Amino acid sequence: MSSTPKQIHLAAHFPGVNNTTVWSDPAAGSQIDFSSFVHLAQTAERAKFDFLFLAEGLRLREQGGRIHDLDVVGRPDTFTVLAALAGVTDRLGLAGTINSTFNEPYEVARQFASLDHLSAGRAAWNVVTSWDEFTGQNFRRGGYLAREDRYERARQFLAAVRELLDSWQGDEIVADRADGTFLRAPGPGRFDHRVDQFDIGGHFNVPRSPQGHPVVFQAGDSEQGREFAASAADAIFTRHGTLEAGKAFYADVKGRLAKYGRTPEQLLILPGVTFVLGDTEADARERADVIRHQQVSGATAITFVERLWNRDLSAYDPDGPLPEVEPRYDDSAEPIVRGRADANRDDRRETVARWRAVAEEKKLSLRELVIELTGRQSFIGTPSHVAQELDAFVQADASDGFILAPHLTPGGIDEFADTVVPLLQERGVFRTEYEGETLRDHLGLAHPGRPAAAGRTKAAS
Amino acid sequence: MSRSTTPLHLAVALDGAGWHPAAWREPEARPADLFTASYWAELAAEAERGLLDLVTIEDSLGLQSALPTGPDERTDQVRGRLDAVLTAARIAPLTRHIGLLPVAVVTHTEPFHLSKAVATLDYVSGGRAGVQVRVSARADEAAHFGRRSLPRLPVTELDSPAGRALLAELFGEAADYVEVVRRLWDSWEDDAEIRDVATGRFIDRDKLHYIDFEGPHFSVKGPSITPRPPQGQPVVAALAHRTEPFRLVAGSADLGFTTPHDTGQATAIVTEIREAQEQAGRAGETVHVFADLVALLDEEPGRAAERRARLDARLDAPYAGDALVFAGTSAELADLLEEFARSGLTGFRLRPATLPYDLARISRDLVPELQRRRAFREAYQADTLRGLLGLPRPANRYAPA
Repeated sequence: MSSTPKQIHLAAHFPGVNNTTVWSDPAAGSQIDFSSFVHLAQTAERAKFDFLFLAEGLRLREQGGRIHDLDVVGRPDTFTVLAALAGVTDRLGLAGTINSTFNEPYEVARQFASLDHLSAGRAAWNVVTSWDEFTGQNFRRGGYLAREDRYERARQFLAAVRELLDSWQGDEIVADRADGTFLRAPGPGRFDHRVDQFDIGGHFNVPRSPQGHPVVFQAGDSEQGREFAASAADAIFTRHGTLEAGKAFYADVKGRLAKYGRTPEQLLILPGVTFVLGDTEADARERADVIRHQQVSGATAITFVERLWNRDLSAYDPDGPLPEVEPRYDDSAEPIVRGRADANRDDRRETVARWRAVAEEKKLSLRELVIELTGRQSFIGTPSHVAQELDAFVQADASDGFILAPHLTPGGIDEFADTVVPLLQERGVFRTEYEGETLRDHLGLAHPGRPAAAGRTKAAS
Repeated sequence: MSRSTTPLHLAVALDGAGWHPAAWREPEARPADLFTASYWAELAAEAERGLLDLVTIEDSLGLQSALPTGPDERTDQVRGRLDAVLTAARIAPLTRHIGLLPVAVVTHTEPFHLSKAVATLDYVSGGRAGVQVRVSARADEAAHFGRRSLPRLPVTELDSPAGRALLAELFGEAADYVEVVRRLWDSWEDDAEIRDVATGRFIDRDKLHYIDFEGPHFSVKGPSITPRPPQGQPVVAALAHRTEPFRLVAGSADLGFTTPHDTGQATAIVTEIREAQEQAGRAGETVHVFADLVALLDEEPGRAAERRARLDARLDAPYAGDALVFAGTSAELADLLEEFARSGLTGFRLRPATLPYDLARISRDLVPELQRRRAFREAYQADTLRGLLGLPRPANRYAPA
């Protein structure tokens, strides 16, 4: 008898802004109404997913000096939605992106501790950073953080939050009515955190929450991001194009843990992936093609290329070739797109050269090229094919599971929950019932301050 | 029986185990549950059973303290709090009618974040959100943020020149904060989302607006990332004890909580707020002025006073907060409220001395008593908090008239 197969972790990303969310589909609903969030969360919980994940936005994207108007825009506040969802779900983990640049540790620590109390131990934090003055224009703090300092602030921010959360041990509240002792000792929550980014001290005012610390996620593939995740995160969001790239990333990041005194089980690797299901393979491929064309209209393709070229290309035909004109490589030039992380910022020349080569080789129009090059890791096929692929991906140590990014709000994971999940359960690689109460239990992560979660069979790898 | 003119508005202020510091020791108290969602959900459900307009949920950026200047070393009182905005959001889907006003400290937080949080509370509650803005003048709370230092000023010094300067600074900042929050709520016109398949545009960007606020403490560009909430403008409230906060209520809020101890004080407060409202150019707008009362209620005459004495005996000095403490029967309280209301107050916020006991007395005894007098609603007759409070849905300041 072989050992238990490695168990897959699954999460649902709420389809938010940007062109990956298809709004023109007749089945597309509101990305704001709470009923949409309830639908996605309750579907994810019915399917026994580990958690639901929300992204965050702090400034509306601009293109050519005007608010971008082609994609889904507008979303609610992350913390507030997660707290409300805690009221309509029982077990589902509730993960939110919260920026460490435009917040302060005391407030974020009390928000996460509160969310963890209010959800009985289901809170998770995706720590992100910003450096740009553009986003800073909405905040007291402004935009003065140097780009190279962002991970340093994130590291110190996270350390400060953890110190605050640890300032209550969990046994302070006695609440003995008879003798009038509410607290075991005076002044709980004492902290003193003096580092170069933060000079704070006093008393934290939220008692220790069920998970002790929220589960901490980190997103990003950069060298700094990998080190940050290896040193401090419980899980890392990533995107990688192929099984081979996934395996390489997995090995690299897990290999960094030992130097921080951590074991491979202490950091989960969860790529964000898309999926398209169909009755047949051909049907699924056709649906995927339709979806990609809905996501990348001609106008969207032009704006995407403008981002890389950093110049106005509105006169070009999206169904024609890539512009002959050279991009503006001058980094001092005002970017044409603002408010969106530019993944190609550091190697734009290389990227442009590669794009030209691919377009030429495959004879692709501008729009076709954008469709071809901007797709994420995608699982396309019949439910049984997708189930088998996901399983193979995880068993090959290309990931520990997936964050599913559906293209439709709010029904984007309905079909997956109804068809793929039962197949994963049949394969013995996904839970049929929640075995624990907290998100840390679902993910097999230790609770800080108490021993590793019991009752969860960890991956045999 | 007596008046049928203007029904009263009634709110309840929720805090820990109740407003009396010894409340957690009462037999019906649930001190072990203060940090659970079910505790707060049950309190809100009880208030909703009483058809109340709204509940407020207290908050602070530091440990509760019996001292005005910093933490105390007491071990005999409730210490620790959950974030009130998140608590309100947690209970929003479990209630249907009652308004939800968390307290939010505006001194160290970001107006951009609070604006979208309260807008989102409005979405998740279907139009029942508001916020009670609170200034923090405490040096210890400032040290939790480390971005500015505030002088350690005892309450007795608030009328000194230094005290007045501090209050002017903090309340001026709070007024700017509310202005930013309100502009952000208006920064999307109601019909900005167009989903126009023909042109490929999801929004009409001409209906999104930069708010371009610049002030001494912060500047905020906008627009919000959250579309305009269901109420357009959620309800903004503030607790006010003196001139600077009265001005904040008059100039920035929809609802002021005040603390008169007799009808003479109530008249003076209402007059001062109405005058300040006129100076602020808001004479035509509805600004509610509620009086806060700490309530101990028992139907058996004398029993509430006994209870108060029993609770007070557990303190080193009888409990006296900022608000008048009432101990008596619901009929006596109804008499008092009707008398106070003649001073021009438009409603009351009761602070239950003990939870859940005094809240249940409010919803199950006081409310029926007021209904008998035709001074309180028989059923919820509006879907939104603004509707309950008789406040119109405001036009968007950025939309063409």
